[in-house]
Amino acid sequence: MKKTYDLIIIGAGPAGITAAIYAARKKMNCLVVTLDIGGQAAWSSDIENYTGYQFISGMELASKFEEHIKKYDVEVRENEAVKEVWKENATVCVKTEKNTYFSRAVIIASGKKSKTLGAAGETEFKNKGLTYCATCDGPLFEGKKVAVVGGGNSALDAALQLLRIAKQVYVINVLEELGGDAVMREKLEVFKNVTVINNAEVTKISGQKMVESITYKKAAKESELSVQGVFVEIGLIPNSDFATGINKNEQGEILVDAQTQTNVPGIFAAGDVTSVFEKQIIIAAGEGAKAALKVFRYLTAFGEKI
Amino acid sequence: MKNVKVYGTSTCAFCVKVKQFLKDNNVEFEDIDVSQNAERVQEMVEKTGQMGVPVVDIEGEIIVGFDKERILKALEL
Repeated sequence: MKKTYDLIIIGAGPAGITAAIYAARKKMNCLVVTLDIGGQAAWSSDIENYTGYQFISGMELASKFEEHIKKYDVEVRENEAVKEVWKENATVCVKTEKNTYFSRAVIIASGKKSKTLGAAGETEFKNKGLTYCATCDGPLFEGKKVAVVGGGNSALDAALQLLRIAKQVYVINVLEELGGDAVMREKLEVFKNVTVINNAEVTKISGQKMVESITYKKAAKESELSVQGVFVEIGLIPNSDFATGINKNEQGEILVDAQTQTNVPGIFAAGDVTSVFEKQIIIAAGEGAKAALKVFRYLTAFGEKI
Repeated sequence: MKNVKVYGTSTCAFCVKVKQFLKDNNVEFEDIDVSQNAERVQEMVEKTGQMGVPVVDIEGEIIVGFDKERILKALEL
């Protein structure tokens, strides 16, 4: 007989972990399938708006999340990417790279990932000077010249981190002027070693073995800058490709109602992967709690014994 | 005891996790903070041909990223 869980949670960021904690406290037989623990929160540098913490690093918050989930008897399978989710009668099937699992309900909390540039050389130079995480890889570029691609808050955050480490930081922004919060832009203006290039589109990353330059197009003219590092910070896309047959919006976010339900009964979604208003750690955590409580009601309505 | 080196930075979540994982398994290792040492960055790049951290070197077997299964296999644990 195949094992059927009460609930499978896909993802272990703030939404997935909170859902798992609530599920454990409701004594649901729950499995968490995830690539990593902490999700995007683990990559954030400084968090100053999570209630109860005036200041905490993303890494610390993620390890607190991990400690919290480990307090309960929840089965967690890390390093496992989900490939497909579908429904067979009343059972939801979750296929990963390694296995197929069965459950009465599923919460998709797979979050978002960095958007790629689509410029020539991007794949080739990934981790060879090109990176999507300034917090993690920034310290390797001490005294070097680097480019940050993007103009929103995450690009400004990356630039501010790098300005303390690198010799020169170029911010290459596709729009007319920088976006993001005024507070962040003001912080940037203090530095002398930053050059902002607006209205510019990155076309190519080049080098021998490692990144040596970045090429951008501005007013139909191409220019090349000598840099050893390229930090891509142009926003995020939802990890929702595996969720075929589930309604999404134009951005690929899973459409949920106020009770975290998708269009498929038994499949729920929470956090940054969804169409929920605003993407914040605390909102994702709240949505995860809501989803688990909704699943509990959904299962008990069918007379399932938990 | 195998010779184990970890190349990482203090700000990368997976570097912290990989080191904790080794400690939990009672594995001794050399903790190399590449953000403090340009020569060691060079050494890491030469070994791996890339700049992503963490890098775990177990007796010459190079593992990029936090891959529990490969680490355990390389350590024969």
